[in-house]
Amino acid sequence: MIHKYKLEGYNILLDVNSGGVHIIDDLTYDMLDNISPPLEEKCPEDIVNKLSKVYDRDEIYECYDEIVSLYNDKILFSKDDYEKFALTSVASPIKAMCLHVAHDCNLRCKYCFASTGDYKEGRMLMSLETGKKALDFLIEKSGDRKFLEVDFFGGEPTVNFDVVKQLVEYGRSREAEANKKFRFTITTNGILLTDDMIDFINKEMNNVVLSIDGRKDVNDRLRVRADGSGSYDKIVPNFKKLVEKRGSDKDWYVRGTYTKYNLDFSNDVMHLYDLGFDQISVEPVMADPSMPYAITKSDLPRIFDEYEELSRKIRKIRSEGKFINFFHFMLDLDQGPCAIKRLRGCGCGNEYVAVAPNGDIYPCHQFVGIEDYKLGSLNDGSFNEELKKTFASAHVYSKPECKKCWAKFYCSGGCNANNYIYAGDIHNAYKLSCEIQKKRLECAIFMKALTMLDTAE
Amino acid sequence: MKHIKTINKANLKKTAAKGGCGKCQASCQSACKTSCTVANQKCEREA
Repeated sequence: MIHKYKLEGYNILLDVNSGGVHIIDDLTYDMLDNISPPLEEKCPEDIVNKLSKVYDRDEIYECYDEIVSLYNDKILFSKDDYEKFALTSVASPIKAMCLHVAHDCNLRCKYCFASTGDYKEGRMLMSLETGKKALDFLIEKSGDRKFLEVDFFGGEPTVNFDVVKQLVEYGRSREAEANKKFRFTITTNGILLTDDMIDFINKEMNNVVLSIDGRKDVNDRLRVRADGSGSYDKIVPNFKKLVEKRGSDKDWYVRGTYTKYNLDFSNDVMHLYDLGFDQISVEPVMADPSMPYAITKSDLPRIFDEYEELSRKIRKIRSEGKFINFFHFMLDLDQGPCAIKRLRGCGCGNEYVAVAPNGDIYPCHQFVGIEDYKLGSLNDGSFNEELKKTFASAHVYSKPECKKCWAKFYCSGGCNANNYIYAGDIHNAYKLSCEIQKKRLECAIFMKALTMLDTAE
Repeated sequence: MKHIKTINKANLKKTAAKGGCGKCQASCQSACKTSCTVANQKCEREA
């Protein structure tokens, strides 16, 4: 399988199964519309005759020879050998947990997937005892996995920060005897951040995700407090302070959501950059299409243009020797994740679970509160291994749309929760999300290819 | 080559043989939480 596209005057060719990325000329681009494997050693005359209306015959023969050379080297039209790995792999140890220490929030963001923080289950904080049980559960289920990821999440986790601190202490106290290493992370809206919290987060958390949508008017339209006032003026100084004190050895991101209200979201990315934040993730809102802020199919052309605009802005910054990282344009074309990792996405319900404040276990944060997908409970020790297997077998070959998609080894089957909520089944691709994902990938591959081309030359 | 410039090592198939150690980060634990991209994660396999 191949995928080719044009961007900014370049022709990009991806050989899906080898991961090969090629920059090709117009002749190659057009020739690939006329050939398919298995390839003959010599260019078929009907193709020569067809293309010779536009291109020189000698060039056509020469181009075909180059294509055959790559084909013989198995980096063009290479075969898909991976399905056997997907079918034979078994359920994995659990190594990552989204720990919902608070189903409560001090903001009332209008697009919140968690129903402004309570997941439609009532506002509730996790007790220290339940949190400890969650960490014990993770250690117990983690098999030979050394690194255990725990993301303090909500709602807003800082409204229960004493429990966060005590759970970090508890986790650390168990590391040596359990031969594990916790990698704690936290996702916060920044309203309550104090100097002490910032120091603690910067000491203990491997990654911190700071929620802000971008420009003040954009942020304050949807990220509002209970009284309707905006959050921007409060959070920006707090986030700046946290980042300034964080140091360069630990990860962090400012993370925003774009909606139908700010389809010019590259301006929000640039606003965040201008504020001094150079690690940025801004993502499309996931919402019922009936919501006024929801992204719908008719927005896609505008969104595609905006990703191209964003890639131009980022390349300009980098051309000036400055640093900026946009999460969804990150791509390593040589040393990225192995093919096995790419078969199964985030690992939710299999390697990754979420725990609600009451001790209920779900496949991930977005499944929390959906009874059919409750995996078990820390309170009675129940855990549905069969449901875990269902998620273990939700890979790109068991998802019909993914199996035939060129992007399957980059998005890895997408978000199971979004598939379920918006397309009816974890195996059904949520097309709107897919289209956005594919455009992001095209831009990311293009940007990386240009960088590698420059380096090579 | 004149018409085609290959940019990378195209080594995805080689990664399948020794892959699947599971040491890498769960992709939803980083900065997404709503829109999964796996290919931007790092391989953490020890050599």
